[in-house]
Amino acid sequence: MGISPVLWQFLVKWLHNSALFPAEASTISPYTDALYFFLLLMTVVGMLLVCVLVFTFSIRYRREKHPVATQIEGSTLLEATWTIIPLAIFLVTFVWGALLYFRIYDPPANAMNIYVVGKQWMWKAEHPGGQHEINALHVPAGRPVQLTMISQDVFHSFSIPDFRVKREVIPGRYTTVWFQATDPGTYHIFCTQYCGTQHSGMIGEVTVLTPDDYEKWTRQSTSGMSLAQNGERLFASMGCNACHSGTAAARGPNLAGVYGSKLTLTNGNQVLVNDAYLRDAILNPSEHVTAGFAPIMPTYQGQISEDGLIDLVEYIKNLQTNYRVQQTQMTSESDKAAPQTPTEGTTETVKP
Amino acid sequence: MSTQISNTIVLLPDQATAKLPKRNYINNEHGLLSWLLTGDHKRIAMLYLISITFFFFIGGAFAGLIRLELLTPAPDLVSSDTYNKFFTMHGIIMIFLFLVPSVPATLGNFFIPIMIGAKDLAFPKINLLSWYLYLIGGTLTLTALVLGGVDTGWTFTTPLSTHYLNTHVITAASAIFIAGFSSIFTGLNFIVTIHRMRAPGMTWFRMPLFCWSNYAASILMVLGTPVLAIAIVLVALERLVGIGVFDPAKGGDPLLFQHLFWFYSHPAVYIMILPGMGVISEVISTFSRKRVFGYTAVAFSSVAIALFGFFVWAHHMFIMGVSNYSALVFSLLTMLVAVPSAIKIFNWAFTLQKGSITFETPMLYAFGFMGLFTIGGLTGVFLGSLGMDIHLTETYFIVAHFHFVMVGGMLMAFLAGIHFWWPKMTGRMYPESLSKLAAVTTFIGFNLTFLPQFILGYLGMPRRYHAYPQEYQVLNVLSTAGATVLGVGYMLPLLYLGWSLKYGAIAGDNPWQATGLEWQIQSPPLTENFVTIPIVDYEAYDYEWLEKKQREEVTTVG
Repeated sequence: MGISPVLWQFLVKWLHNSALFPAEASTISPYTDALYFFLLLMTVVGMLLVCVLVFTFSIRYRREKHPVATQIEGSTLLEATWTIIPLAIFLVTFVWGALLYFRIYDPPANAMNIYVVGKQWMWKAEHPGGQHEINALHVPAGRPVQLTMISQDVFHSFSIPDFRVKREVIPGRYTTVWFQATDPGTYHIFCTQYCGTQHSGMIGEVTVLTPDDYEKWTRQSTSGMSLAQNGERLFASMGCNACHSGTAAARGPNLAGVYGSKLTLTNGNQVLVNDAYLRDAILNPSEHVTAGFAPIMPTYQGQISEDGLIDLVEYIKNLQTNYRVQQTQMTSESDKAAPQTPTEGTTETVKP
Repeated sequence: MSTQISNTIVLLPDQATAKLPKRNYINNEHGLLSWLLTGDHKRIAMLYLISITFFFFIGGAFAGLIRLELLTPAPDLVSSDTYNKFFTMHGIIMIFLFLVPSVPATLGNFFIPIMIGAKDLAFPKINLLSWYLYLIGGTLTLTALVLGGVDTGWTFTTPLSTHYLNTHVITAASAIFIAGFSSIFTGLNFIVTIHRMRAPGMTWFRMPLFCWSNYAASILMVLGTPVLAIAIVLVALERLVGIGVFDPAKGGDPLLFQHLFWFYSHPAVYIMILPGMGVISEVISTFSRKRVFGYTAVAFSSVAIALFGFFVWAHHMFIMGVSNYSALVFSLLTMLVAVPSAIKIFNWAFTLQKGSITFETPMLYAFGFMGLFTIGGLTGVFLGSLGMDIHLTETYFIVAHFHFVMVGGMLMAFLAGIHFWWPKMTGRMYPESLSKLAAVTTFIGFNLTFLPQFILGYLGMPRRYHAYPQEYQVLNVLSTAGATVLGVGYMLPLLYLGWSLKYGAIAGDNPWQATGLEWQIQSPPLTENFVTIPIVDYEAYDYEWLEKKQREEVTTVG
């Protein structure tokens, strides 16, 4: 940025204090604002140019002053000028905007992940550690945070103006957005995509805490079960472990360590296993059959809520070994195979 | 040089002796049926003018109600559902029933045949059919309104419109479907007329720029509107029988709807603005007594806008998780489509250079257009710029942006055109000072309404919000105050134009001493426009030709 940081701070703070400008509360904000000021400058200069031309000509060539018009056909040179200069400015804007776009939408690798589910008309935030919030989001300052978002019903859009980030929250598809908050405080969360009756009520607050306060908050507000733990229960209760047991004879592929790997499907496609792939594979398994396996998995469409899917995704993401899967399975199988023959003790008790 | 040069070019016949022509298209036939069954493009244009004015004021009333609700942060005037119906109705009526047909169906319908020296449009009956289709569309919209309204937003976003709302979505959708055909037929008629019915000597590059811009808009209407029809039918089928094209639970893609919808609705923006640009070219040339600077560049920029306009639709979806590469391509194309508009603005500005400028009402509106459209266009560049769009989209910034283009641009151009051609259409002048007052009031009211919304948008206030946080109130109050002024600005022309129908000064054939063919015939024109088909042996905007012609007329009479 060509502008001195002192002047920048002064400008932004002054505008913010006069309620004409949002707070700059994330690492992205100054980058967005720099482009904004550039574009504002472009608009003002363009506007002034048009005004100066119109007013100067109107005054100099008004009928009283200039009763007979001089006919001019045009001027290739002038027209080329006002084709090329705007084009050049617009192209600069394009490149600048594209760089900013990738900065805003490419999360850093070390970002902590929080899931957000949008539904008419509330935001549910689910932290991997088992903190659940509605229309609120607690995040630490100074750490990149990625939100993996999905809608349960219609299109919503998750917006935090003071962070200059926004992303559509779409039914049936994960979208992500990330930010790194800089200043502790509370900021608006808006749903910006029209979503029905209470659209303007689908608002919340993001609370940025200092790292210490955040630690405290995480400890105090956990539900006691992490998302992965919820997922493990669901994994067992839906019977996933019957096939995905990781043994050599298993009918489904081994899920331990599958997250982040490349899979080859039966149709020959190579896919990267990420959150979206896991979700799709659970809901629509017949189109996501790993090479070497039979298409026997039933669909779970309509049987698991988006929250449940998030739990499962979080579980599989963190699944490093199949030890517990097999343990759970053995327990459940040993239950089924529980010996019917009475033990000595029980025989004794029925003895008359 | 003569002693005192007047500051106006208006040249009216002697009012003591002047009369409206004995025979003209208005009194050629009498009775309601002669209007309702007419094939005359001028009468159909007047029918359109009356109907779009009616819908404009209904749409405007909803705008007023919206602004009134937003005066306070709390949702206190109406319930949320009602508010949602307000902005939906405002959008549907203003876009499909006012802006899309505004200039083409009224001014275009009236003047394109005359400007190219034809007696009528190529298909007079289809022209009448398109007015009836428009009326059916309008009536269905009113039906949806009376039955209880619809709250999808004018964008009909799925799955909200297909699965989650219990309002009259199908009625409103059929209204748009049918009104769409009206627009297709109008476009078709213009294209065929301009291709086939130009008078001898009227080459493509002798046509007034108004014809060029309407031609470009017609191409968009004919090629774009069917896609809207498809999207609307799919929404209806999805809603009625659940075909699942847009339903993710059935393997459909909810984003597909937005692709289809914006494939029409972005070009629709150019359908709305291009004919307005045509009006501005005519007005600026006439009141600076000069040929439009760089005629060819302006003509081709219209066609360029029409072409590029088809390949920028996904810029409405930058935050929707479209692939990064397509976002890049669409952003780049959006930057390219901005250039022809910039060319036009500068060409108009330089048309003034070395002209002999007067400031009648149409010219004031045209200046208003140039200022407001420049802001509207340049703020569009903000939104076309990928990273900036993330923060600005779906906020009041975008609301302000498209109102600058559509209302500040198009409505100003429409009013410029209505004032400019009013003497030709009715044979009578509008009152000059009152109309100047209206033009200035509109300009001030408009800026007061929509400039604060840019700031609100950057602050983050989302669009379509019934209630908003306290800190946004000051700017919203300003905006509502502006809307009141704007309302007055729009009421004034309705009143004095109505008044002028009976009491306006007799205009004569060519009050502005303009060069277009329409000014060389009587006002109001004959039903058949021309007594003999004109032979065109001069370029468009040739004021020297006009002077020569007027001198010769004087000598023959004298």
